[in-house]
Amino acid sequence: MLRFLRRRFLFFFFTYLISSLTIFFLLRVLPGDPARVIAGGREATEEQVSEIREKLGLNASLPEQYLTWVSDFLRGDWGETIAFRGADNRDLILERTRNSARLAAVALLLSVPTSLALGVIAGLSENKLPDVIISLLTLSVVSLPEFVTGLFLVNIVALRWGRSALAESLGWWFPASSAVPATASFSEMLPALWLPAFAATLVMLAYISRLTRAGVIEELKRDYVRTAALKGIAWRAVIWRHVLRNALLPTITVIAISISWMISGLVVIEFVFGFPGLGSLLIAAIERRDLLLVQAIVMVTVTIILFSNLFADMAYALLNPRVSLE
Amino acid sequence: MRSSQITRSFVSLFRTLLRQPQSALGTILVLFFFALALFGAQLAPYPNPNDQSHDVRLSPTLDLARLQLGEHPFGTDRLGRDVYSRVILGANSIFRIAGLGTLISVILGSALGLFMGYHGGWVDEILGRIIDALLAIPALLLALVLVGIIRNLDFEAGSWQAGLADNVVLLVISVLYIPIVARVARSTTLDIKTREFVAAAEIRGESQAYIIFREILPSVIPSLVVEASLRFSYAIFLVASLGFLGFGARPPSPDWGLMVNENRGGFYQLTPWALEFPAVAIALLVIAVNLMSDGIRRAVQKGS
Repeated sequence: MLRFLRRRFLFFFFTYLISSLTIFFLLRVLPGDPARVIAGGREATEEQVSEIREKLGLNASLPEQYLTWVSDFLRGDWGETIAFRGADNRDLILERTRNSARLAAVALLLSVPTSLALGVIAGLSENKLPDVIISLLTLSVVSLPEFVTGLFLVNIVALRWGRSALAESLGWWFPASSAVPATASFSEMLPALWLPAFAATLVMLAYISRLTRAGVIEELKRDYVRTAALKGIAWRAVIWRHVLRNALLPTITVIAISISWMISGLVVIEFVFGFPGLGSLLIAAIERRDLLLVQAIVMVTVTIILFSNLFADMAYALLNPRVSLE
Repeated sequence: MRSSQITRSFVSLFRTLLRQPQSALGTILVLFFFALALFGAQLAPYPNPNDQSHDVRLSPTLDLARLQLGEHPFGTDRLGRDVYSRVILGANSIFRIAGLGTLISVILGSALGLFMGYHGGWVDEILGRIIDALLAIPALLLALVLVGIIRNLDFEAGSWQAGLADNVVLLVISVLYIPIVARVARSTTLDIKTREFVAAAEIRGESQAYIIFREILPSVIPSLVVEASLRFSYAIFLVASLGFLGFGARPPSPDWGLMVNENRGGFYQLTPWALEFPAVAIALLVIAVNLMSDGIRRAVQKGS
């Protein structure tokens, strides 16, 4: 167990090192002058460029710059934004991360139970009608780009159906735009979260349910299932007590991996719905050439992904002692 | 494996794809879009995607009941451009960028993976760990950052860097997918490396390049074909998403993702068809490529 944990931690730090180096060097080694990019390209005057170069410490050597940047990041000093005047990068990013986390939480709440159920149903009825229907659904409708489903939800579900008699009789319908104030509380935000969360659910649904299906099918072929069935244990009990318990164990890892998957999806979804999350902040930061903000956002994202992977590994090792022996 | 053998196995793969209804549907649709990409300029009624008519915001004249296309089958957008022609012409860029990007990443990635897997040792260990670490950054995020940076750099017109900046999405796809392909090629190579024919070649004293490309590569090709089809479907997805986010083709290019972005919001109320037709085209292509690559995966797994 200890050896397993040590290896995971080593990998965690190594990955962190490599990804931070990648993010750093993307901005410093590519041909062109980052200070000029921030200053506004060709139109910027020499003074503006050198002022920014001074401010960012671009005159120091590359290793020095990297170390300064990493230690600043770890200490929580993420600089000031250029794009959003006056704001501190850290306050801005933390606020937006909280909003994205709310969206992700609603999406996970919708998608995990649904996709587990779909995956189990498909796995138990391998190659029979329910399985064929579910895999066709997950393969086609659900593999659509997020912006296509997102725009469908905005234009058809929220706007067109929102004016129908059904919506009138309900007295409440989903808002078409999720452009709520970034500082709103969770309960204020919740009505605006449903549609983007549903779009994110579709992204995850295919992924989790297909892996769950594979897990169930594999588990059903094990010897102990046959033994239990031959012993006369009710099939229902075999499924619930043995097969599902073992088949769903890897799902913890799957959900952790799909968090990285979902972050990509959320960037597009937040853009479509105008939701004030981390993804829409990233797009705004890139468009406004705020490279420091971009760096900080990507580092925060990588941190979230690495921590969720680490926790998943540890949870998995605790639940399945065999893993840590390998 | 000779080239004639490779051709023959591709023909048999194609036949297998057409036998299953799901993969047959996908393959035929992909071929249909590919034909649009190749002959779009000849098929489109308005070969210049930016031709404007004086009658703006015309509704679609497509009549499926009577099988008539009419003057503007998919209507015209708010600038009076023929949406039908733009959708046909847009197939070219998505196939070119996603296809070439996949090709480049598969060639370079499998070369890297074969080398890592065959060489083994510390080279493999270090490169493998770097690849694992790089994959911790979500692909779309890395793509957005790369496109954003390269686009904003100052290049002299006509220089090689400016040429790269014009093909930035193609470049980004190739770079993003090299490590992913390399990982697949590496793990397959590790498996093949232990076979007897590789040991025989080593005893014969063949060079490393000969063993990698003539002995190991042919056995790695099936898993590379599966990976390439998977990469292609992700590449299509990524090109469309980047276009939609405004990080791909620039206006007034008839890129599907860009067309969807340009016609959403308030414009959707005026010309819903200008958004719906390119969106349906993207959706159909993504579904078709997914069905096809799923079929390829099944066929190859069954064959091995």
